[in-house]
Amino acid sequence: MSSHDLGPTAAETDHSHGEPLPADRNRVWTALRSNIPAAVGMVILAVLVVVGVLGDLIAPYGVNEVNVDQMLQAPTWSHPFGTDELGRDVLSRVMVAARVSLMVGAVSVGLALLAGVTLGLVAGYYGGIVDNVLMRCMDVLFAFPVLLLAVAIVAVLGPGLVTAMVAIGVVYAPIFARVTRASVLSVREQVFVQAAVSVGASDGRIMRRHVLPNIAAPLIVQTSLSLAFAILSEAALSFLGLGIQPPKPSWGRMLYDGRGFVQDAWWLGLFPGLAIFVTVLAFNVVGDALRDVLDPRQLSQDEARRAS
Amino acid sequence: MSEPVLSIENLSVSFSSRRGVARVVDGVDWEVHPGQTLAVVGESGSGKSMTVLAATGLSPRGAKVGGTVRLRGEDLGAMSEVERRRARGRHVGFVYQDPMTSLNPVMPVGRQVTEASEEHLGLRGDDARSRAVELLDMVGIPSPEQRVDNYPHQFSGGMRQRVVIAMALANDPELLIADEATTALDVTTQAQILELVESLQERLGTAVVWITHDLGVVAGIADQVAVMYGGRILEHGTVDHIFGSPGHPYTQALLAARPQPGVRADRLATIPGAPPVPHQLPPGCAFYPRCPVRGDERCRTEEPPLTEIAPGHRVRTFYRAPHSGIERPAS
Repeated sequence: MSSHDLGPTAAETDHSHGEPLPADRNRVWTALRSNIPAAVGMVILAVLVVVGVLGDLIAPYGVNEVNVDQMLQAPTWSHPFGTDELGRDVLSRVMVAARVSLMVGAVSVGLALLAGVTLGLVAGYYGGIVDNVLMRCMDVLFAFPVLLLAVAIVAVLGPGLVTAMVAIGVVYAPIFARVTRASVLSVREQVFVQAAVSVGASDGRIMRRHVLPNIAAPLIVQTSLSLAFAILSEAALSFLGLGIQPPKPSWGRMLYDGRGFVQDAWWLGLFPGLAIFVTVLAFNVVGDALRDVLDPRQLSQDEARRAS
Repeated sequence: MSEPVLSIENLSVSFSSRRGVARVVDGVDWEVHPGQTLAVVGESGSGKSMTVLAATGLSPRGAKVGGTVRLRGEDLGAMSEVERRRARGRHVGFVYQDPMTSLNPVMPVGRQVTEASEEHLGLRGDDARSRAVELLDMVGIPSPEQRVDNYPHQFSGGMRQRVVIAMALANDPELLIADEATTALDVTTQAQILELVESLQERLGTAVVWITHDLGVVAGIADQVAVMYGGRILEHGTVDHIFGSPGHPYTQALLAARPQPGVRADRLATIPGAPPVPHQLPPGCAFYPRCPVRGDERCRTEEPPLTEIAPGHRVRTFYRAPHSGIERPAS
């Protein structure tokens, strides 16, 4: 809270001169664009989404176009990322694999967010025995190393795309539950929540309208971080052969396949690895910037910055 | 006299903890009538806020509440949780101490102001918005049509408290409860807020319960005053009773501790000692350890009853020291 709000001279004065704010979306958009790393991150994500959607349409070669004559070629103009041991174009495979990675990231984090936030909200808001039971269950899930748990789930449900998404979703749900619960605990003690109770608002309404919007910032950051980790996890699962099944391309699987050729054909591992790296980084940078921008308490500073 | 809006009979609140049972409110009774203001005064921890919270069914988890509370003649204790919530939302408005924290920082003020109306009167969309504008206008916020979409941090402290008052008045409640509503504000703003509440009260006929430790505020707005100490009422009467002929040594000590305008004193008078800890209340009079009168053995072992010394003026003491003739300050 800015200090001028506290001074006695601020009494009964009007800070923003009554001018209504432009729509929130515009403000967020402007602020994001003026943050250079975030802008770069968004461009990268936009490119990834386009590539992910159009994948096979814009890839220069077919994903499984085997051409043994051309095998293990270093990057050239016709094969910018080189070719693999079967002569398939690495660039095309990386492009098509973007879809899988983004989809796994989005769906699994969506699952984790939905489950984790709901559980964390209920646990934090009601407290007591509800809180204890729910959070101890989350602790059990949390106690397993991420990959071990994901592997166990995949082992039970059988390898494949859907299983991978569910497994990663389950693995990341406890983190969301914890972040949500911790934030809820501090928000529910705030006077405005008490005020909402005093005017007779229902629990559901208080959670939806007062608690949830106030914990959005940590959740957004957690989402962006988890998107990155989910993509990594998918890569790891595929690397272990438990995710996307060949011949479908996936970054993790390509990394796995390329590891035998590190000495002879570095491009097999480098490019899928770079793809993972860039995607994860982009999500992190954008998430970080979103956190700063989405908090309305930052509004005055943003306005001040714009005005100067 | 008309039926009281809120009446409390023999209200008690206690908490059980490892260190024993803490009786934070004990045998409190008072009532407020339409258009009247009751000031509940006392030091921190005297049970004044807890009395009101318990009376409206908002006591914290683990509190054991006893006694009878009637809101508009209806027994709140006999209601279900949902009915109580509805009654509270419909007929009672709350104003809290710190306007910095009593508004949701991520919700435009207009939506917060009409929250109670949405919940209980089914007000939606444009209706809710125009009602919010009307309420903001009523509490004296300039250009309410624009301000209705602003967020709390875009208002100053005084303006925020006006928003909170608008929020409390959204459903035309019969009762307004102000818990230290001006304590966090500077003196000028405080005067403006008091004036606002008084004029609204006159216009709307609302009953007000004003919880405060500021006797200056009490003198300015109250009709009735209840002085609380250690969870009990020590003295209860009209403003003239309390300021003109205070019957309890505690009330007298409180009045003597006020800064007097025009009187230069190096140090303000204080009451030595500290208020009792709720789970270790003295067996007799709660104020005995700090009492300047220091009566006798009876004060130490026996709790004095709340006795009426004049019509409408009740005092809980065995020894009524002759009052020091403190004038009621001009408000």
